[in-house]
Amino acid sequence: MSAAVETDNSGISVQQARGGMPAHHAAIFIALLAAGLVAPFLLYPVFVMKVLCFALFACAFNLLLGYGGLLSFGHAAYFGGAAYISAHAAKVWGFPPELAILSGTLAAAILGTAIGALAIRRQGIYFAMVTLAFAQMVFFFSLQAPFTGGEDGIQAVPRGMLFGLINLRSDITLYFVVLAIFLGGLLMIYRIIHSPFGQVLKAIRENEPRAISLGYRTNRYKLAVFVLSATLAGLAGSTKAIVFQLASLTDVHWSMSGEVVLMTLIGGMGTVFGPIVGAAVIVTMQNYLATMGAWVTVIQGCIFVICVLLFREGVVGVIARWVKRPL
Amino acid sequence: MDDGVILAADDLTKEFKGFFAVEGVSLKIKRGQIHALIGPNGAGKTTCFNLLTKFLPPTRGRIIYKGQDITAMSPADIARLGLVRSFQISAVFPHLTALENVRIALQRQRGDSFDFWRSQKVLLQFDERARALLAEVGLSEFEQTEAGDLPYGRKRALEIATTLALDPEMLLLDEPMAGMGHEDVDRIAALIRRISADRTILMVEHNLSVVASLSDTITVLARGKVLAEGDYASVSKDPRVIEAYIGAGHG
Ligand SMILES: Nc1ncnc2c1ncn2[C@@H]1O[C@H](COP(=O)(O)OP(=O)(O)OP(=O)(O)O)[C@@H](O)[C@H]1O
Ligand SMILES: [Mg+2]
Repeated sequence: MSAAVETDNSGISVQQARGGMPAHHAAIFIALLAAGLVAPFLLYPVFVMKVLCFALFACAFNLLLGYGGLLSFGHAAYFGGAAYISAHAAKVWGFPPELAILSGTLAAAILGTAIGALAIRRQGIYFAMVTLAFAQMVFFFSLQAPFTGGEDGIQAVPRGMLFGLINLRSDITLYFVVLAIFLGGLLMIYRIIHSPFGQVLKAIRENEPRAISLGYRTNRYKLAVFVLSATLAGLAGSTKAIVFQLASLTDVHWSMSGEVVLMTLIGGMGTVFGPIVGAAVIVTMQNYLATMGAWVTVIQGCIFVICVLLFREGVVGVIARWVKRPL
Repeated sequence: MDDGVILAADDLTKEFKGFFAVEGVSLKIKRGQIHALIGPNGAGKTTCFNLLTKFLPPTRGRIIYKGQDITAMSPADIARLGLVRSFQISAVFPHLTALENVRIALQRQRGDSFDFWRSQKVLLQFDERARALLAEVGLSEFEQTEAGDLPYGRKRALEIATTLALDPEMLLLDEPMAGMGHEDVDRIAALIRRISADRTILMVEHNLSVVASLSDTITVLARGKVLAEGDYASVSKDPRVIEAYIGAGHG
């Protein structure tokens, strides 16, 4: 009778079959943490915080597109809407930062539930159009509503005291809070993807009629992932408002919805880590090429075209193919 | 009192913009039988399946399953009642492994899986049953293969294993053996006979020798209407059936 230790000769597949986090994913998480800890001492902290906020936004979007198979063209509504609420809560209501961020995130969840419930009844391009239409309504509301400050936005938002204890005025202090929010959000997305729910989601993405024929009420799963995605996008937007002490029309503009699509596709949709790379690429470009004005848009467009033509799977998607491991 | 009828359709009709794909079809499927639905290409067989499982809303007609009117129900809810269909075009989850494909169906035993906060480790409890089902259709060696990479016949076998994982009371199989080699056909035919012991099966199949050997009752559909019904011997001698098949260029 052999009670031999199970040999791991098929590499990660055994581990995945057991349902745990495969070693190479754990390694990437540790590398991200390490990079996150040294980054503010090598780069401008506000810049890295911007990357982290957009990376979380892109990861949230990718949860919907890459794993739910749903292309929303209105995710700026949750990102920017949450930014407004977060900024308003911190500035006008005098909320501490953690409650301001929570308020914005909650608002995004509610908005996501309302819009998602209507949008998921449509398929494909019609779904994208419905999400875009509602995002445009959010934009015009933001333009007209008195509390959003119109063209000026909400400026000079106080960063405040975290839990009434930690003053966030220092960029470095705030940075570590933002890093914690980003990693927490990323881990949550990772868990969602690798949960029983995530498994059903993949099945729906792969073959919705078949999932229905197995008795899954697919619309409810689609709504659930829509709300989760909107909520996490809201978390990113709320945090961004505290970091830059600003919520403005840029955050709810349709071009923001487009940018997050771009980030996700460049990094690799349906990969866990791709959107982070995509966000870093786009934010870096915007920052260092800012002096070139409208050319940034042109260069972005070119990169996008090159990406679509040369590596459809995105940067991380291509790497994943090389190393023959899901990333 | 339901005289052994598990599924009944009454005056089932589907109109696509003036074209009647299915017109006034009434069916009675007896519990425990293998009932075959045959007919030339475009006869409306798949449309019938889509109507019975509500993947398409009927223009007219009523569907009764186990004494319950299911005409207004959603397709997912009908599946939950134990009336489960397969698809004519191979329907697997291509980027999931064969094992995961079957597990998706087994996972239904948990009810809904909205628990996004829980690790998928809870699904490991279904692995043993999934492996047994894969073995039953001869797919043991492919359990870690992505379904999309399986050859066609194996995909069909995987679909059957996935359908069986729900342990449905009634199965609707749309050409389960289309595109399979001889050996596969024999194995799947044997499997269908075996599972039919305590289940009802409604099956669309073009392979008439399979139909002849497996089915208790045959309904022949042509141009959306029921042309004939009965056992193989009587149906195959029916001149209208012969004409319909020859007319459509079928053997
Ligand atoms: N969604 C649709 N819209 C319009 N016409 C349709 C639609 N679905 C099916 N039809 C038409 O209805 C008729 C019946 O199609 P159906 O697929 O039910 O035939 P079938 O008996 O399954 O044929 P086959 O043996 O080729 O699978 C065909 O003429 C088809 O073109
Ligand atoms: Mg058909």
